[in-house]
Amino acid sequence: MFKNFFPNKILSINNKFIFSIAKLVFLVLIVGVVYSLFISPPDYIQGDSVRIMYVHVPSSFIALGCFAFIGVASICNLVIKIKFISLMARSLAPIGFIFTVISIATGSLWGKPTWGIWWAWDARLTSMLILLFFYIIYILTWKFVDNFKKANTISSIIAVIGLFNLPIIKYSVEWWNTLHQPSSITLTSAPTIHYTMLIPLLIMLIGFTIYSIIIFLMRYKIEIMKFKLNKKDKTN
Amino acid sequence: MLAKKVKSRIIFSIILAFFASAVLYITLKSLEENVVYFYSPTDIYNKTFSLSKKTIRVGGLVKEKSINKKGTSINFIITDLKNEIIISYKGLVPNLFSEGKGVIAEGRLKDRKYFVAEKILAKHDENYMPPEVKNALEKSK
Repeated sequence: MFKNFFPNKILSINNKFIFSIAKLVFLVLIVGVVYSLFISPPDYIQGDSVRIMYVHVPSSFIALGCFAFIGVASICNLVIKIKFISLMARSLAPIGFIFTVISIATGSLWGKPTWGIWWAWDARLTSMLILLFFYIIYILTWKFVDNFKKANTISSIIAVIGLFNLPIIKYSVEWWNTLHQPSSITLTSAPTIHYTMLIPLLIMLIGFTIYSIIIFLMRYKIEIMKFKLNKKDKTN
Repeated sequence: MLAKKVKSRIIFSIILAFFASAVLYITLKSLEENVVYFYSPTDIYNKTFSLSKKTIRVGGLVKEKSINKKGTSINFIITDLKNEIIISYKGLVPNLFSEGKGVIAEGRLKDRKYFVAEKILAKHDENYMPPEVKNALEKSK
């Protein structure tokens, strides 16, 4: 399975395959949006503003997930140095970055009507902002360090340091008193969201995940082509 | 099986990860005062604060039947079910502010039992459900 991600294999993945899952994600997202905006009920205290959750939670999930991948890939990178792993990490970074921005922006929009403020320096919000900075530094390192090997090492070290931030984001709401509420969906206990609201949330989560996978595949292909072209330029 | 270089890198990264997490743990532990967004009434009761000098936040639940409105000023009690503190505030409260719900007050302590708030934030919990379900739950109580 892992072999499919080798540069030569991935380039042979037909664009038709990508387009067919693109159609799927379009369908899933339409169902998700209709369900979350019109079919699902308003919350008993928050009313309609709870609908922001259907974008906020999936984006945060993707933001954390992408960085987890980048971090693990970077560890592999520092230890065994396989080029395509760093290309994978590199193509994931902009996706995670955008979803971190969306997560913070929607969280802010949600915070105003529920908490009464746009932003608070609470542990969850601050650690999420730190994640955004890590994404920015990571992407900029790739942009501004010309030498591939050097950029690879520096960005990997940054990603590994950033990896320590992830459990802090995840558990900040349990370790400390925060304004942000604790997680509603956990692995250990039953979700505290009523199923009429959980279903659209899960649909949106699946939609966002597939969407990210598509963007990842497209970016990854481009990164490989760019890398190969660069190599050709140097040998000529 | 693995090359010697790779092996040494693995060992090095494990040691590094161990020390990094230790450093992180110690830093967060020492920063706890700043990381905590609000204190509970029990924290206030147990700790020694320089009274009315620093702006702090107190959080907990609004005690049932404790809200007392007079014009624009409002008095209520924040409880964590162990200790209580009286809050006095002038101004508008968020929509979600109500009895039995989470709240955070930002302001100054007058004394251990009395707090003058400059800002009121509503805190909501991780429970989401439609109003009909809530009504059904209340009826079955």
